[in-house]
Amino acid sequence: MTMLTRRFALAGLAGTGLIGTGLLGRRPAFAQAAEGPFKLEPLPYSYDQNEPHIDAQTMELHHDKHHASYVEKLNQAVSGHGELASQPLHEILAKLDSVPEDVRKAVRNNGGGHANHTMFWQVMGGSGGAPSGELAEAIDRDLGGFEAFKTAFNQAGADQFGSGWVFVTVTGDGALALTSRPNQDTPLMDGQMVLFGNDVWEHAYYLKYQNRRAAYLEAWWNVVNWEVVAQRYAAAKAGTLTI
Amino acid sequence: MAFTLPELPYAHDALAPYMGEETLQLHHGKHHQTYVTNLNNLIAGTDLENKSLEEIVVISSKDPTKAGIFNNAGQHWNHNLFWRTMKKGGGGKPGGELLKRIEHDFGGYETFAEQFKQAGVTQFGSGWAWLSLDGDKLKVSKTPNGSNPLVDGATPILGVDVWEHAYYLDYRNRRPDYLAAFLNHLVDWEAVEAELAKASA
Repeated sequence: MTMLTRRFALAGLAGTGLIGTGLLGRRPAFAQAAEGPFKLEPLPYSYDQNEPHIDAQTMELHHDKHHASYVEKLNQAVSGHGELASQPLHEILAKLDSVPEDVRKAVRNNGGGHANHTMFWQVMGGSGGAPSGELAEAIDRDLGGFEAFKTAFNQAGADQFGSGWVFVTVTGDGALALTSRPNQDTPLMDGQMVLFGNDVWEHAYYLKYQNRRAAYLEAWWNVVNWEVVAQRYAAAKAGTLTI
Repeated sequence: MAFTLPELPYAHDALAPYMGEETLQLHHGKHHQTYVTNLNNLIAGTDLENKSLEEIVVISSKDPTKAGIFNNAGQHWNHNLFWRTMKKGGGGKPGGELLKRIEHDFGGYETFAEQFKQAGVTQFGSGWAWLSLDGDKLKVSKTPNGSNPLVDGATPILGVDVWEHAYYLDYRNRRPDYLAAFLNHLVDWEAVEAELAKASA
């Protein structure tokens, strides 16, 4: 199926619940994925869910090609190391030093990429707005209030030279902090928990925003799913948040 | 003296379809221009203001407090070389003295081409792949973000930009296809030979 006809097909199916259920057939990226313990989960919504802020073509490439490639290469990296294949990803990333040296860089890059994108799809697909309840209180307390926090988050994204991510980390006590990392590194590699984050690799925004990363960062807030972020916040405090 | 954006040595549509018109307009007119503007702003009134671009790259690479200067100076230098070593109808195998040097140092053009493409494919995230003169030997390497082999004392004579902005509009995620097209259709080998002569002098 060409990209154009797929876009039309998906436009017709949006909201029917058929996306990602397998009824559309297996996508080539899945079929090509190496056998291994790590799996690319389907997007939890249709490719056009985040339109017009994030375009459907970007979502399709980002999930089916970029994320799929991280999963495939992560599986390749752990294939000769059974002890890694049986561990949860966040635990592997928290102690990269103990990953065998011959695959450490591959696990760091591709394991980080798998964890970051798994989180990323979850916290998008919403309709923006502002957080509420306990999460809003934590943002007020730790990050200077929602508006000041958004400005600081966007600035951190603009300041990340080259590929990388902006993150909000959360502790078991519910304390929040803003941070950024290059490439596919993640605070999980420092044993921290990630509440949510935004991808500032150019592939995340170039088709729609080109060089205007600041416009992408600003628009991204319109698709954040604050309900999911609040669930992740509760999970962090309950000790059940992983990636 | 302030640095300026060099003119492209060809029209914006000259390298299509291997490097599209929109890509060149954005890459030269927006990305490269931004590096030049940022560099000028960052060095204004500092002791780097009157240094050469090469000096600024090397000095700032050794000082973590000058990371912003290093990023933008490196990218200005990198793009200057990138633009002047491509042409319409370029690519394929080089000739003359350059081919002899490549055959001597890599064992053949094909071996060099494979190493160069491999360096580009394996540069994780944004960065560059290079052919440099290191001492009296040609060498392939890769560097992240705005860095380049000048910081290790080598002189690049060919570089390919593997930041996604260099190829995403034309090739999407297919970086290997972009690297193959760069070698097969875009490199101005005469310009690269001139860079080699300059670096050897």
